[in-house]
Amino acid sequence: MKNLARRRLIASGIIAAIGATVGRSLYHIASHNALIPPDHGGIFGVGETLTYAAQRVLAGDLSLAREFSRGDISRVIPVNGPPPETERYIRLLDGEFRDWRLRIDGLVARPMSLSLADLTGYPAHKQITHQACEEGWSFIAEWTGVRLSHVLDVVGIDSRARYVVFFSFDDFWESIDMADALHPQTFLAYGMNGAAVPLEHGAPVRLRVARQLGYKSVKYLGRMTVTDSIAGFGKGVGGINAEYGYSWWAGI
Amino acid sequence: MAHHGLVVRVTHWINAIGTLALIVSGVAILFAHPRLYWGETGAVGGPALIELPIPFVFGHSGWGRYLHFLAAWICVGAGVLYVTVGAATGHALLQTYAGLQRVAYMVVVFVLGPIVLLSGLAFSPMLASVAPWVVSVFGGQQSARTVHFFAAAGVVVFLIGHVVMVAVTGFTAHMRSMIVGDQRSPAEDA
Repeated sequence: MKNLARRRLIASGIIAAIGATVGRSLYHIASHNALIPPDHGGIFGVGETLTYAAQRVLAGDLSLAREFSRGDISRVIPVNGPPPETERYIRLLDGEFRDWRLRIDGLVARPMSLSLADLTGYPAHKQITHQACEEGWSFIAEWTGVRLSHVLDVVGIDSRARYVVFFSFDDFWESIDMADALHPQTFLAYGMNGAAVPLEHGAPVRLRVARQLGYKSVKYLGRMTVTDSIAGFGKGVGGINAEYGYSWWAGI
Repeated sequence: MAHHGLVVRVTHWINAIGTLALIVSGVAILFAHPRLYWGETGAVGGPALIELPIPFVFGHSGWGRYLHFLAAWICVGAGVLYVTVGAATGHALLQTYAGLQRVAYMVVVFVLGPIVLLSGLAFSPMLASVAPWVVSVFGGQQSARTVHFFAAAGVVVFLIGHVVMVAVTGFTAHMRSMIVGDQRSPAEDA
């Protein structure tokens, strides 16, 4: 009886030690391969980390979001929230965005301020993709823009780069990892359904992240910065949505 | 008479907690937009398949989403363990129960459960980029959302029946049987 108890104790000890080692190794591999999301803390962080890591491993960097035909474009496209009411934005709007600039800084070789003409001068791409809001509604639209990867090539990103952080004219901010930043369907979009991006949909330029929910596709872009750590931005959880209690990872 | 093995008992209670969390968080998420659609897209301003008669909209469902995915991982983990061990030992599902009860359990574990899981995965734009068939098998992402709702509602109906049967046919004995594995059950199992 005593022997059996001791044997069980030793066996549990060995299992616990193996468990701890495997757990530590997995954490090490995960953080080394950018599989830990910024909002990994707390009890919900466990689920978030599993979801993010599983989808990143499963999808890889280059899986393409489904593309649709022109006939699939939604007739009803809801508007979520009003345009920025800041003086700066209203001035830019009044000037038809001639003075609008996208500031790009951080871990880049050549920080720049790009005008709308600069962006439309780069190779243009189109995508007809599905965008779903986390609430549940969705629409399909055609987007025209320049690939973010092209702009990142122009400014020259540092090898330490891990995230790109986007800021809008209404203090909205979000971040994406490099896998999505370099993805061919991640656009700086200036056209929607064959015209300029309408005011209520993020004029003059919005981000488009095709493999994530709509709240990652920041409207009214004003600045983007390349960084190796998200810790210094806001509360360190990667975006204003995560600060409001929504998950940073929106590949769901 | 049910003699529930350790794995069956442990996974049962993990699933009980996980499923309750899924239902609570699922309702919170649904209340953010209580309209169901058919096809690929849908939004306010366009036609809805069903508009649920909910008098208010639950604006902030961020916690619901976090909880839903955490609970889903827990249920999937426990479910995989249950089915694996069940298959290896030929458990309960096939041998313990009979008749209508057996059909009900089989439908939940092998039909409704997988449909709920697959239709939930179909919401994911990232997974849709890897396996578009997960979406097309439902006829679009909004269809998948609608199927998810009805399959989950089916699970809820089953759970209500399950709890009522347990209560009616000897609550204490059933609890003892599912917690400590005791065989002294006075009535048919629920």
